[in-house]
Amino acid sequence: MEWEVVIGLETHTQLKTNTKIFSGASTAFGAEPNTQACEVSIALPGVLPVLNKQAVECAIKFGLAVNAEIARRSVFARKNYFYPDLPKGYQISQYELPVVGKGAVTIQVPAVGKNAAYEKVINITRAHLEEDAGKSVHGLSNQSIEGMSGIDLNRAGTPLLEIVTEPDMRSAAEAVAYAKKLHELVQWIDICDGNMQEGSFRCDVNVSVRPKGTEKLGTRREIKNLNSFKFMQQAIEYETRWQIETLEDGGTIHQATVLFNPDTGETRVMRSKEEANDYRYFPDPDLLPLEVTEADKARVKAEMPELPEVMKARFEAEYGLTSYDASTLTSSRDLADYFVATVNAGADAKPAANWVMGSVSAKLNAEDKPINASPVTALQLAQLLKRINDNTISNNAAKQVFEAMWAGEVDVDAIIEKLGLKQVSDSGAIEAMIDEVLAANPAMVAEFKAGKEKAFNALVGQAMKASKGKANPAQVNEILKKKLAN
Amino acid sequence: MALNITDIKRIAHLARLEINEQEAAATLTKLSGILGLIEQMQAIDTTGITPMSHSQDVVQRLREDVVTETNQREAFQKIAPVLGNGSAKQAVDGGLYLVPQVIE
Amino acid sequence: MINSSLKTLSQMLAKKEISSVEMTQTFLNRIHQFNPTINAYIALDEAKTLAQAKAADARIAAGNAEPLTGIPFAQKDIFCAKGWRTTCGSKMLENFIAPYDAHVISQFDNAGAVNLGKTNMDEFAMGSSNETSYFGGVKNPWNFDRVPGGSSGGSAAAVAARLCAAATGTDTGGSIRQPASLCGFTGLKPTYGLVSRYGMIAFASSLDQAGPMAKSAEDCAMMLNVMAGFDERDSTSLNHPKEDYTRGLAGMSGDKPLKGLKIGLPKEYFADGLDAGVAKVVQDAIVEYRKLGAETVEISLPNTKLSIPVYYVLAPAEASSNLSRYDGVRYGHRAAEYTDLTDMYCKSRAEGFGAEVKRRILIGTYVLSAGYYDAYYLKAQQIRHLIADDFKQAFKECDIIMGPTAPSTAFRAGEKADDPVAMYLQDVYTIATNLAGLPGMSIPAGFDKGLPVGLQLMGNYFDEARMLDVAHAYQQVTDWHLQMPDLKAPEGLK
Repeated sequence: MEWEVVIGLETHTQLKTNTKIFSGASTAFGAEPNTQACEVSIALPGVLPVLNKQAVECAIKFGLAVNAEIARRSVFARKNYFYPDLPKGYQISQYELPVVGKGAVTIQVPAVGKNAAYEKVINITRAHLEEDAGKSVHGLSNQSIEGMSGIDLNRAGTPLLEIVTEPDMRSAAEAVAYAKKLHELVQWIDICDGNMQEGSFRCDVNVSVRPKGTEKLGTRREIKNLNSFKFMQQAIEYETRWQIETLEDGGTIHQATVLFNPDTGETRVMRSKEEANDYRYFPDPDLLPLEVTEADKARVKAEMPELPEVMKARFEAEYGLTSYDASTLTSSRDLADYFVATVNAGADAKPAANWVMGSVSAKLNAEDKPINASPVTALQLAQLLKRINDNTISNNAAKQVFEAMWAGEVDVDAIIEKLGLKQVSDSGAIEAMIDEVLAANPAMVAEFKAGKEKAFNALVGQAMKASKGKANPAQVNEILKKKLAN
Repeated sequence: MALNITDIKRIAHLARLEINEQEAAATLTKLSGILGLIEQMQAIDTTGITPMSHSQDVVQRLREDVVTETNQREAFQKIAPVLGNGSAKQAVDGGLYLVPQVIE
Repeated sequence: MINSSLKTLSQMLAKKEISSVEMTQTFLNRIHQFNPTINAYIALDEAKTLAQAKAADARIAAGNAEPLTGIPFAQKDIFCAKGWRTTCGSKMLENFIAPYDAHVISQFDNAGAVNLGKTNMDEFAMGSSNETSYFGGVKNPWNFDRVPGGSSGGSAAAVAARLCAAATGTDTGGSIRQPASLCGFTGLKPTYGLVSRYGMIAFASSLDQAGPMAKSAEDCAMMLNVMAGFDERDSTSLNHPKEDYTRGLAGMSGDKPLKGLKIGLPKEYFADGLDAGVAKVVQDAIVEYRKLGAETVEISLPNTKLSIPVYYVLAPAEASSNLSRYDGVRYGHRAAEYTDLTDMYCKSRAEGFGAEVKRRILIGTYVLSAGYYDAYYLKAQQIRHLIADDFKQAFKECDIIMGPTAPSTAFRAGEKADDPVAMYLQDVYTIATNLAGLPGMSIPAGFDKGLPVGLQLMGNYFDEARMLDVAHAYQQVTDWHLQMPDLKAPEGLK
């Protein structure tokens, strides 16, 4: 039997705010344990929550970015369960009425093997605001506290936007493409720093399988807390295989929450449905309904950057870039910003695109640096392109200048001067030099005249060599052609 | 909706309240009485009535995203409970609150 | 002096007839004398108290005193007060020294008031007799065999026995007004949202409201001036313009000061279940109001009876969640012996909470649990809407509503302790205003067989000033509010 895997994602994105969702405690990462755990964070008796404006604006931004319905009124609810990293004994979340409703994102699924790349629309079910829990620290070394876990509540109350999709994905590749797209989008609209190591972007993946061609969804298992795309791919592939094998062996799948172990590459059950909590959701009486007006939406929209799809279309129309180039340049906001800055500094769009996607990206990849850490600034790149354009240097010479700037030198013209890369464009000088080359290579001239076209290129090479690469190649071609025609 | 002893034990566990057989039986009697009182609600037809969570029709006020809290760990951990199980030490270590091993 | 109004005490301090330290010491002496019997206070810290009194004297001397500067108040032990043991009447918080101040406490501190101590209360404010307190019951100063009411029973006894100038309380279903009725003084539960709940230990968040417990309407007005006000730390705190609640009191002295006032008398409040002696006192008070110029009109609050079932769904539901933070991890009681995490939770909570609190947690957990939410919680919220609508309708026909505060006078200690349903019926006349979020008051209106009877006043949203005027008008022509128990009489008290 042929099987089909059905995947839906729930992503917890930590929102980029200075303070927690319901208190004025800092959310900075990496502080000493419990030094950012204020009276609200540790749930002292009598404390109360007040909602962070920035967190709400982040949610609105996301809603606008995925063309979602944004609820005029949404409600915070309490999700009740006991856990030491949950100091109130309930998590404040949104349940029945989330702030962001149905929306969609378009993903690009890359080509794999003989399967071509394709686009697909993934539907967003909802996105809701909630608070993060604290952290449990295991394996404390102090002997007197052996067998104990430590609780750090610095993270407790950090604002999260939980983004839930429909079960629209049909492969690990689609799920990863969606996760990457979402990861890029939340950074693009600047609501999340995207740092997966620090847990700023965590995915729970619901996986089920069904015989291909059937409608009814299989029983799903949820893989919790995946914090890298590689693990997500591995976890989904393992889980899919496991579910299919289980069913083919005559077994049944039981609804469960599982964890992925990167060391073994396997998933294991954390809790079954029978053990699942009865969360006793109810509207939080300490918080009033959240209202988002049209004016709020308009204000937030005005502050938002151009979205990647819009920017891509503009790059194609305005700069005449191919769909592929425009898509590559808008794959991250920093990359797009770099490209636009290069163009705005006077570079032509097409060579700028080629350089950004070529030399610049290659260097960055080799050194594993993000674009905003590029030693060559957009302004420098534009200067360099200007010198190519005005024939001061050749493309080849430009690569040397680029290398020098990457190594830390700053001024394009100074580098050209220092390395003596200035192109010779004086036709008199070039003519004299070509005359010398022709005189010194009678055999080649004869070959050319006998109809060997290749000999022409050899003569160009000789001329360039004679000029130490500084002659303008176009001029050399032109003059050489003229001379040989005589 | 009559309660039984299994319900009592289930909700006691949900509420993380230890309860022995005897207490469960006594609780069943009292809670059944209270639920009898509550059942009076079922006499009213509430079809179409909007549930009321708050007495005033006001919306949530938003707080500016500015850090106002300082580190008060020392003061807050001064009131941490005693560890227990034979240890008279407070249930904190290196700034962390101590609980029995959390297994995931 | 102990029977003087806040205004008089304030004037005595201003004229330097007495210092705050002396005034405070007088009350402390009375506390030493009577508290061992009455058990109104559960935490005293004389050094802190007298330091505040000294600071108040300095402030008075410096000429920047406010009306309450230097006057000693009792604070219900539900308010966190920095450095004070704050127990909420529970073993769970027996050793909890609050590391911060509740808004109400800060407001009194800023006004220069003196904190005499923390008063006894039903555990987590769950009770109507003060018998659920971990720190023992409180005696009704009018009759030591009787309960003071609850949950603000300690504050009630302290006011009635003149162990403070006045006190604070909180009211979730009647916890200020019912003890005011049973102990014979004036208590006010403001409009929900008028007084910040920040730092007030939560019982049922959508119903809890703090208010003054004092000898007279005038005293309550002066206290409300300090307690009311917007607080950005409480999302449910209403941004209502600051008012002077004493502004209308002076106008209540002439002939027929209440001319034009329409008093609504809900027929459901005078039906079955109301003690005849209480009914008589309330009727007499209404007659007095007519003499003051007011008109009375019969109104109906048809869903009154349902307020009890609705309350006993909503309040326990909220409480079950509010009390989940007491898990023995960061503060509060942790069991001495436990095997694992779940065992630690279950034991710490079973040991730290008393029977009534556990009962309400269980009910709340049950009504919110899967499969029951719609039948109980949602239904209760819908009926809550009907109850609020009843009042909306009623206030189209009248300016203020009056009736009994409690169905009977103070009952015997132990009488209802083992029958939660009978105990819950104590609040039949007070709960509806909490559900609707409306202000309510109880004022002394007389005695039945030697025990005080309260008259309840219910106003429209933010109508506290008018309620205080109406209560003050009555207190200008009656002296029930000035009656105090003769504490020297019972044997063995000294």
